[in-house]
Amino acid sequence: MAERKLGWKLAGPAFAVMLAVTAYPILNAVWLSLYDYRLTDPSARKFVFLNNYAVVLTDGLWWGAVLTTVVITVVTVVVELVIGMALAMIMNKIVVPRRILRTVVLIPYAIITVVSAFAWRFAFAVDTGFLNHWLHTLSFGAFSETYDWFGSHWSALIAICISEIWKTTPFMSLLLLAGLAQVPSSLEEAAEVDGATFWQRLFKVVLPNMKGAIMVALLFRTLDAFRIFDAVFVMTGGAQDTSTVSLVAYNQTISRVEIGMGSAVSVLLFLIVVGISVVFIKGFKVDLSSVRGE
Amino acid sequence: MESNVSDKTRTWLGLVSIPIIIYTLVPILWILSLSLKSTATLSDGKFVPQELSWDNYRLILTGDARGLFLPALANSVVVCLVATLVSVVLAMFAAYAIARLDFPGKKLILTTALAVSIFPVISLVTPLYNLWRAIGLFDTQIGLIIPYLALTLPLSIWVLSAFFKQIPWEMEQAAQVDGATSWQAFRKVIVPLASPGVFTTAIITFFTAWNDFVFAISLTSENARTVPAALAFFTGASQFTQPTGAIAAAAIVVTIPVVILVLLFQRRIVSGLTSGAVKG
Repeated sequence: MAERKLGWKLAGPAFAVMLAVTAYPILNAVWLSLYDYRLTDPSARKFVFLNNYAVVLTDGLWWGAVLTTVVITVVTVVVELVIGMALAMIMNKIVVPRRILRTVVLIPYAIITVVSAFAWRFAFAVDTGFLNHWLHTLSFGAFSETYDWFGSHWSALIAICISEIWKTTPFMSLLLLAGLAQVPSSLEEAAEVDGATFWQRLFKVVLPNMKGAIMVALLFRTLDAFRIFDAVFVMTGGAQDTSTVSLVAYNQTISRVEIGMGSAVSVLLFLIVVGISVVFIKGFKVDLSSVRGE
Repeated sequence: MESNVSDKTRTWLGLVSIPIIIYTLVPILWILSLSLKSTATLSDGKFVPQELSWDNYRLILTGDARGLFLPALANSVVVCLVATLVSVVLAMFAAYAIARLDFPGKKLILTTALAVSIFPVISLVTPLYNLWRAIGLFDTQIGLIIPYLALTLPLSIWVLSAFFKQIPWEMEQAAQVDGATSWQAFRKVIVPLASPGVFTTAIITFFTAWNDFVFAISLTSENARTVPAALAFFTGASQFTQPTGAIAAAAIVVTIPVVILVLLFQRRIVSGLTSGAVKG
């Protein structure tokens, strides 16, 4: 009984703060989303029930943003899983330069996302960039040196995805490396003795034995990718129809001060994130007890 | 595990690591190169600046852009340090309870931390923007520190609980049996065992706050703007020059301390980042 009291006394403040900074605002957002409310004109605020949701859900802009966000999420997470897995396997086996590689790989993780987005924006840019020169040389002149990556929808999305992949692959590979370290090396050796090829060992022995770590890494990266905001804001500002769901919410609230409409978008984004989590946890049976440190 | 890697594989892996290292460093080297180029050679596409120019650094540290960059840097440092301190202290108590005590609600706290960490931060922006405007917290440092707790607390709780679980707590009793007072036992035995974990948690927490952009651009306008937000609104020396060089220089200034931390504490950061995520 004393332990129960002490436990809550110690953990209570952290628990209360977490609820205060998330549960309260999201409930407040649900409430605000039922109003037609513009910050510059508070007297005209009126209750419209679900009308804001109806407006958002029948708007092409919203669905365009959802599609863009889904494309970015799927592309980046799949590419990151493949590169991250390769990196983890190399880091797991490498002898020289083990420490240097493990340190260098951490650098993108520690770089501010905005800085990484600027670095890639400048690298792709026609004037201050170098990628066009390289591609021009590598393709023996077939690739135009003045190609404007940010001038069309798909090329801009490619640039955004590359910046996002560069920045977040290290985190993915570290989670996978930790999972890889749990695979008993005797299993792999036994398979090798039995004459299994590299790919057979990878798909039949290694991957099935680290399924838990892979699913946790995928869940975290998917949710993170779905919230993408910084890179898009810096690289295109939403031009060429590259607005993501987060950017739409930002524009409604901050640029247009449409608090009611912005809240509706925020609540919808929240519901999508909850939906993704439920699919992962119930559908794919991701075991989060390991994540919770139990 | 390294013992059974053959010489051939060893050489091969060593060679493969070279392109990986290049790929990881190229964007950073490019922004470093841009920051050291003069305005005239900014668009020459060359990786090594033809002549080194410190103009961009002068511009942001002592020149016209100083008024924009230095206050932002100060804001970033203050806001992130305070947020880190508050969240690590709160998390320390919580993690101690989670690691050492048996009480109902332990699971609830850890699940809440997990739920908060996957929360889409942009969903908090609209209600907070509205509320902060009403109660005068808009564009203040406190107005940023509070939402930063939502970003940093779950992470601190997880990482610290994982660290605290590995501490051999029975050593505390052993010291007391040997005649130490409980304060001595705590200070001489537990503090040295726990401090590496606390320190690592603080670094990871600080990175998370330092990286924030969403809250920084939404909840500030001039006074409390932090570096990531200031970067996005940088303007050139005059209305007609591109701010590329200045942005590059500012980016390098805020990146260097972080890279140094990574170089010094690489192993600990890795163990902290992965401790909560995978059984072990």
